[in-house]
Amino acid sequence: MLSKGLKRKREEEQEKETLAVDTWWLDPSLPAVAQAPPPATSSSLFDLSVLKLHHSLRQSEPDLRHLVLVVNTLRRVQASMAPEPTLPPMPSPSAAPCVADSLLASSDAALSASMASLLEDLSHIEGLSQAPQPLVDEGLPGRPAGGSPPSLGALDLLGPATGCLLDDELEGLFEDIDTSMYDSELWAPASEALKPGPEDGPGKEEALELDEAELDYLLDVLVGTQALERPPGPGR
Amino acid sequence: MFLKFSLHSMFYGAGGGNDIQWCFSQVKGAVDDDVAEADIISTVEFNHSGELLATGDKGGRVVIFQQEQENKIQSHSRGEYNVYSTFQSHEPEFDYLKSLEIEEKINKIRWLPQKNAAQFLLSTNDKTIKLWKISERDKRPEGYNLKEEDGRYRDPTTVTTLRVPVFRPMDLMVEASPRRIFANAHTYHINSISINSDYETYLSADDLRINLWHLEITDRSFNIVDIKPANMEELTEVITAAEFHPNSCNTFVYSSSKGTIRLCDMRASALCDRHSKLFEEPEDPSNRSFFSEIISSISDVKFSHSGRYMMTRDYLSVKIWDLNMENRPVETYQVHEYLRSKLCSLYENDCIFDKFECCWNGSDSVVMTGSYNNFFRMFDRNTKRDITLEASRENNKPRTVLKPRKVCASGKRKKDEISVDSLDFNKKILHTAWHPKENIIAVATTNNLYIFQDKVN
Repeated sequence: MLSKGLKRKREEEQEKETLAVDTWWLDPSLPAVAQAPPPATSSSLFDLSVLKLHHSLRQSEPDLRHLVLVVNTLRRVQASMAPEPTLPPMPSPSAAPCVADSLLASSDAALSASMASLLEDLSHIEGLSQAPQPLVDEGLPGRPAGGSPPSLGALDLLGPATGCLLDDELEGLFEDIDTSMYDSELWAPASEALKPGPEDGPGKEEALELDEAELDYLLDVLVGTQALERPPGPGR
Repeated sequence: MFLKFSLHSMFYGAGGGNDIQWCFSQVKGAVDDDVAEADIISTVEFNHSGELLATGDKGGRVVIFQQEQENKIQSHSRGEYNVYSTFQSHEPEFDYLKSLEIEEKINKIRWLPQKNAAQFLLSTNDKTIKLWKISERDKRPEGYNLKEEDGRYRDPTTVTTLRVPVFRPMDLMVEASPRRIFANAHTYHINSISINSDYETYLSADDLRINLWHLEITDRSFNIVDIKPANMEELTEVITAAEFHPNSCNTFVYSSSKGTIRLCDMRASALCDRHSKLFEEPEDPSNRSFFSEIISSISDVKFSHSGRYMMTRDYLSVKIWDLNMENRPVETYQVHEYLRSKLCSLYENDCIFDKFECCWNGSDSVVMTGSYNNFFRMFDRNTKRDITLEASRENNKPRTVLKPRKVCASGKRKKDEISVDSLDFNKKILHTAWHPKENIIAVATTNNLYIFQDKVN
């Protein structure tokens, strides 16, 4: 095969098939088409492209040309895979159509989101010195923890370590976030427990599983203890 | 007339095939196979007279070679190129705002035409362009009244006579000094710089924008092309190369990742977002694949010296365009068509994204470009013959004629042929340059610079 290239750990057969199919699948009138399954080839190309895209997005400063070409190729592959409703049954990947579909669906969303957020970041960074505030607002809580990297990524860039002029402002902001998360952890009912706080520990997890009655009891105990230590406040 | 034609062929060469015999002349760079990252050559460029040859590397250094004056007695070969000056052009930088490191790799070098004793060149990395002055010093003043020869100041009371310092010859010293630094004008990575025929302005192009500078002014540049979409999600195309027309100071071209070339006229409007001409060849339906766009992405664009044609390099071919015809190229040369069936593997190992450059010879009759396995190709536009040669230390005896190479695409491999599967895809020739007047070429492998000349007899 081609020497010294980056090789995935796939079987030789699949690779050979991939190489061989480069030309035949272009022409659907060829008899060879009936033998090998086109979707498997397209999906391996799809996987490869998604892999490349993620690798590219993980770079601190991705090569824009490479990124754009991979994304366009991915779109082409997606477009060719989309109109496949049912596929010929295959031995092991009987779930292949479903896999392909779910891969398409989830990857598409994640893909668009990743691409969009990265490219948005690039454009935001460009206008960063002019408009820091809107950028900061987008990064505040309200987003699920899982999807945090893209827009918070830009915020990370403004972290104290980089010596940005907006240091003091941001330090204060981070403090606010910490406090609010800490507060919501203690006082929110167990059923509404959101993202885990920074001081995650076994105690916290247990607290989340308490029902309302137990929580009330705990609070009463706490209040009672505090009452022993100091005169009761007006609100309690 | 017949005689004139022969003389012309003799001086400028008729190209590949049997007309020119290319000989090894020199090789520069480290011998060992272990390539230091910083030594990877990233650009090669002759100056306007061909006397100087500049290389830039990944470590941000520029090395200039000078052709020694021809020895009138030894007329069997042209002068050799020896190191003339070495300097650190760019250093790695850190962009604190974006928390990104800026590579010091020299992307392009372009020489200014010589106006006085000094030489000037522009060198650029991803973000910053610098104008360097290279000047010679071969004499120094001696006989100061107040200073000793070593520079120490003399006690004024010991000075009893006055003398006029005189210039005395000294060993030649070549100094490089940065005269201008053009910074902070590019958000994206600079891929091209091109000096205008007015010799006062130049352009710099990154993935999405092209800026126009005046060589004297560093704090201002004009944006003349901007293809950044309002919504970055809609980004589907980037600028890959740009060049000014060699004669018309108002005209320039830029190529894209989608295989199009746009010619713009700066007289039409300040912002040249609307092209004057769009060069694009319709896709061949029989060759359509998922990789069609990637292989159509243009990696280099070069005007012919005459200014009538331009050449583009995409992954598999070199195309010559007549500026008067937009719908298709007038000539197409296949560089390594045997790779078309391997595109998937080349996509996998990212080789399909390699950016090959191309160049014209002095008379615009032959074009050259690089390939894999340290092969490079030449195409003679007149005879339609082509040749494949290899840059290798194996043929490193001066005046050894290079043996043409052949790649066997499929089937039975003949003797001396190389099969596609044995090609070394890590040995790529991305940068080549042709002397503006003579048949001398500079070919850069990963970390070595080869100089070849035609056989003079």
